[in-house]
Amino acid sequence: MHSAHAQAAGMGGMRAAGDLVARLQMTRGMRLAQAKEYVAGKLGVTPFDLSDPVVMTDVRNEFGFGRIHSYAISQPAQANQIEAKLNISRVLDVPINCVERFKERTTPVAGGVR
Amino acid sequence: MTIEDRVPTRMADGTFVRLTRSEIKADLVAGSEAAAKRAKVAPLTDDEIDHLLDIYASPARFTGVDVGDEVILSCDGTGMKTHATRIQDLQTYEQWMGADLLELCVGDYSLKVVRTILAYEAQYMHDAQLCTVAPLQYGVMPNLGLYSKPDGPCDNWNELLPLGRIDEARESEEEAVEMAVVDMVRLADTQHEAGADAIDWDTTGASGDPEFLAALRATAIIRKKYPDFGVQLGMAGEFVLGMHGRLEYEGVRLAGLWPKDQLLLAQKAGATMFGPVVNVNTGKTCAWNIARAIALVKPCMDVATIPVHMNAGMGVGAVPMFVHPPGDAVCRAAKSCVDILHLDGL
Repeated sequence: MHSAHAQAAGMGGMRAAGDLVARLQMTRGMRLAQAKEYVAGKLGVTPFDLSDPVVMTDVRNEFGFGRIHSYAISQPAQANQIEAKLNISRVLDVPINCVERFKERTTPVAGGVR
Repeated sequence: MTIEDRVPTRMADGTFVRLTRSEIKADLVAGSEAAAKRAKVAPLTDDEIDHLLDIYASPARFTGVDVGDEVILSCDGTGMKTHATRIQDLQTYEQWMGADLLELCVGDYSLKVVRTILAYEAQYMHDAQLCTVAPLQYGVMPNLGLYSKPDGPCDNWNELLPLGRIDEARESEEEAVEMAVVDMVRLADTQHEAGADAIDWDTTGASGDPEFLAALRATAIIRKKYPDFGVQLGMAGEFVLGMHGRLEYEGVRLAGLWPKDQLLLAQKAGATMFGPVVNVNTGKTCAWNIARAIALVKPCMDVATIPVHMNAGMGVGAVPMFVHPPGDAVCRAAKSCVDILHLDGL
């Protein structure tokens, strides 16, 4: 069922920019058009481009947003997972809860003991 | 005499029937009128019926929205140990299935079950956030019924009501609401601390107006405590059952609310996403069901200030009540909802 929805109407998640637009909806309550405009503006693309995996693969590569990976198209030097979310938070100018926690938990504290 | 061709189309139990274009159109009109009559909403326009007719009378195996009109899929239940570990399930949905957002949950999905394993679930969220990219929420269903005996501590209002012990039933429901609100906020506390992006109250209102009240009150508390934390509020049905009958939120009686008024209260409470639900009638065609569902949800779209993600899973939103919903029916429901309603997501 999910596959049918994804093919019929989905933005493609990390294949394109669905995860980025979803983040603005989920944590900022932005409606779709507003969220697409916001993300497109930050990335220098059009809202139309956000669902296009051909355009967005290069854009994600450029910004270090994480990409679909497999052994056939390995990209070990690129940011992924929590690393990618640090870049997403900075470029989209949106605090991400787990990124803030990550920074907090990996920053030395006074006395060097956490 | 004209003999119309028949096209294969589906009943909402998933079985195929072969109907003419005229018969499908008649079902669309009837579904729309059923919604208008019951919920006092406007029926679909002739143009909308014609558009749905093109979708549902097509013999094509698959269809989709226009390029550029794609929406966000709020993929609930994506991390529930379906085929591997829960983190592997989340990564599978993210990497292979094109999920726009992810959801960690447990198979039971009930709040009262999860309240006993909060620390374990928070640890799992923490770990999952380190190895995923897509936004990741934690999902539960409030399932207020589990707070009643024999599963929970409150007297069982479903047993009291048939005995005419109305006041006792109401008191018990109110007691359960208080407990659920505490548990929902505590769950949000632990998940926020663990790094979750949002909380999802799924199938809200399955136990009627007390359950909807609990979700609204918990949402308001969470919004105040964590201004940047997402709260998705998804419903259990198109109509809030009056299991109590007198409960109000912000001066609005909850029993009997239809999707638009549900949305208005979700917005007022501070939800960041709203999921209206219209259950299917399995004795009718998917065409009848889609027209009814869209007519019921359409009033939401004019008043929404937050994203509206209409539910279109098994048994809701004109997707057949079958454990593996057929793709031809799923894609028709998705395209219809997006095209007519201009949804923010599904």
